[in-house]
Amino acid sequence: MQTDEPVTHACVPDDYDVAYHRPAALMDVNMHYCPGCAHSLVHKLLMEVVDELGIQDQTIGVAPVGCSVFAYEYMNIDMQEAAHGRACAVATAIKRLMPDKFVFTYQGDGDLAAIGIAETLHAINRGENILIVFMNNAVYGMTSGQMAPTTLPGMKTTTSPFGRDTKFYGAPMKIAELVAQLPGSSYVTRQVVNSPHGVRKTKQALLKAFDWQKQNAGTCLIEIIGNCPSNWRMTPLEASRFIDEEMVKSFPVGDIKTPDQPSLAPTPENL
Amino acid sequence: MNVTKLMKGNEALAEAAIRAGCDAYFGYPITPQSEVLEYLAREMPRHNRIVLQAESEVASINMVYGAAGAGFRAMTSSSSPGFSLMQEGISYLAGAELPCLLVNVNRAGPGLGTIQPGQGDYFQATKGGGHGDYRLIVLAPASVQEMADHVFLGFDLADQYRNPVVILSDGAIGQMMEKVTFKPYQKPTADKSWATTGKPASRKRNAISSLFIQPERMEQHNLKLTEKFNRIRESEIRFEEVNTNDADYLLVAYGLSARIAQKAMDLARAKGLRVGLLRPITLFPFPEKRLRELATQVQGMLTVELNSGQMVEDVRLAVEGRVPVAHYGRMGGMIFTPEEIERQLETFFEKAYAN
Amino acid sequence: MKQLEELVIAGFGGQGVLSLGMTLAYAGMIDGKEISWMPSYGPEMRGGTANCITILSDTRISSPIISTFDSAIILNQPSMDKFAERVKPGGLLLYESGNIFKPSTRTDIQLMGIPATTEAVRLKNNKTMNMIMLGAYLQLRPVVKIESVMQALAEVLPEKYHHLLDLNRQALELGAISVEFQRELIQT
Repeated sequence: MQTDEPVTHACVPDDYDVAYHRPAALMDVNMHYCPGCAHSLVHKLLMEVVDELGIQDQTIGVAPVGCSVFAYEYMNIDMQEAAHGRACAVATAIKRLMPDKFVFTYQGDGDLAAIGIAETLHAINRGENILIVFMNNAVYGMTSGQMAPTTLPGMKTTTSPFGRDTKFYGAPMKIAELVAQLPGSSYVTRQVVNSPHGVRKTKQALLKAFDWQKQNAGTCLIEIIGNCPSNWRMTPLEASRFIDEEMVKSFPVGDIKTPDQPSLAPTPENL
Repeated sequence: MNVTKLMKGNEALAEAAIRAGCDAYFGYPITPQSEVLEYLAREMPRHNRIVLQAESEVASINMVYGAAGAGFRAMTSSSSPGFSLMQEGISYLAGAELPCLLVNVNRAGPGLGTIQPGQGDYFQATKGGGHGDYRLIVLAPASVQEMADHVFLGFDLADQYRNPVVILSDGAIGQMMEKVTFKPYQKPTADKSWATTGKPASRKRNAISSLFIQPERMEQHNLKLTEKFNRIRESEIRFEEVNTNDADYLLVAYGLSARIAQKAMDLARAKGLRVGLLRPITLFPFPEKRLRELATQVQGMLTVELNSGQMVEDVRLAVEGRVPVAHYGRMGGMIFTPEEIERQLETFFEKAYAN
Repeated sequence: MKQLEELVIAGFGGQGVLSLGMTLAYAGMIDGKEISWMPSYGPEMRGGTANCITILSDTRISSPIISTFDSAIILNQPSMDKFAERVKPGGLLLYESGNIFKPSTRTDIQLMGIPATTEAVRLKNNKTMNMIMLGAYLQLRPVVKIESVMQALAEVLPEKYHHLLDLNRQALELGAISVEFQRELIQT
């Protein structure tokens, strides 16, 4: 399917300096994401990085099933829509056949950590030279707030109405720590985007990941703690606080493994 | 230059994939088709092609999706239980109109079934198989030679119609050895301007997707697909006829069953019974028109299948009640002998001439 | 030469049943014949035997799966019990006499036992048993040329085994001689 190029609305007077603008690789369209949602922000960061590296013509993205199912409507690059959970398998084939291109997947927690865990772990174990952008907001957003593998202990969702009982459903899956143990992963980090500092760090992480991909270092996974004000039943501000106060307890922020410092990778002892 | 070899059906299919310019093969072991993956694991790297043993059939079919979406000739193969696992991905491939070649070396089922040959996946292959409204072009090889020929044909048809093509074989054709001749092959040029190869400034972005959230657009897409399936019905029907000129009775069978049925026909002819054989080579599209014509000539038809009666339904639909259509089948990996089928024929003629 | 030869080869796995049929099929291809080789599959799988149906024909072969045979090469007792009745009247039943204590008693077919295992010991390689049986079969039913069999072996065997080609030729010849010896025994 070839989608139509949107009309760009130039509304900046000539005598103004533009200090901040939409990345050229991001479509000028309204996104369907809820107010306060992190998806739009991360889309923008990704496309900023594509712009800055000048790789719009060399980048192929794989969109998931989940809230970001329409990612290809927003990112002005070639993209493939994968079946639920299968983004890493799709990306594997694209990268193997076009090793000189940059390939990334963009997946949510239900997509990657539940239905797609096999494809994810095996792609990483093979060390596929792809970037996995893993959006973890602890719920199934698109289907309106069901429990995900990453839902926090005691957290109420539509399918855990009395709070997640870890005796019944286990503890939230720490995907970044899990995949860091696989030899095929190169750069594994967890970041937040609920503060300017976090946003800057996340962008740095994305830049690094593309750089490692260029060096064929192996699979990079960036877990981004997202938010879901609508399904968390919170205002965007409350959701932002929830990340700082609750989410980071289960999902500590920072680099977990880098190719130049593989010793950072967790072992069964230091996990 | 032609090259003739003695090969197993599965090996001939794999060799043909290389000669047909298959860029990538993704598969998962399952009997009785593992020779395809084994052969290609050995041979593809020599040709600088991609071969990858996936973690599951689910992964294989989605890798095919990725490769086909990037504009490459991609294929996978499996056998019945594994092919069931691929159905979701096949639906996506059909929805996104991605050309690719899929091979099902049919074994007997349902469930884990047995590793012996079967034809129980006829419905799954010809009626869509996965969710949604789509058709696959289905080729049914009856020899090792056709296992090879259908690879070239399958890839070409897939590119021509932007649709997945299935080779529906069976364990016996996959495992048996016959002569196979490979002729020089020129890959036709296909327009793949829709592929995700990286968006240059000169064109709009390409998106491979089967998602049309607005019902109006989804229906437009459905109509476009339907029109394509009708074009395929118009142009791509293939079948073989043996001794139909003077036939009073018609055998209809595909794949291995057609080979056995042909021997049964010879036995019946030796006894003076005028029996003919129609062997569908494409199961979708199905040779409905020709069967309807033959229904005005013969007094009855018998489908011979390694299942409880699947293709027989399509034959009955085709003849529109003009003649009785019977079915004879074996299941569970058991295979009929030519004599067994010939006895069915004799029974029919005894009844017909008793009246 | 006959227009059509439908042959079953049966024995235990490891006796070289499948490779015997495959070698014959390959030789048939070299001689420009239509061929089909169907390994144990379908109902024949059960009963503790490995077998293959090999068909050589001057015209297109219809069914690769058949239930009666022009000839049978039988290498163990269970296969004798299973296939003896399925040789067409006037057909050939060739068997390995060292492994079979109770051959068929049919009188409407040609029955011949070859002590191929003992002969193989004389060649100091018991794996040549199947080629001895093939040599014997071709002496009785010259459906392909011996030279074609040798060419087939040269093409099928990897280079590193080509030093065994001469041994295989000896085995084929030994099989042919065994047939003549058995014929003399029958006549006297």
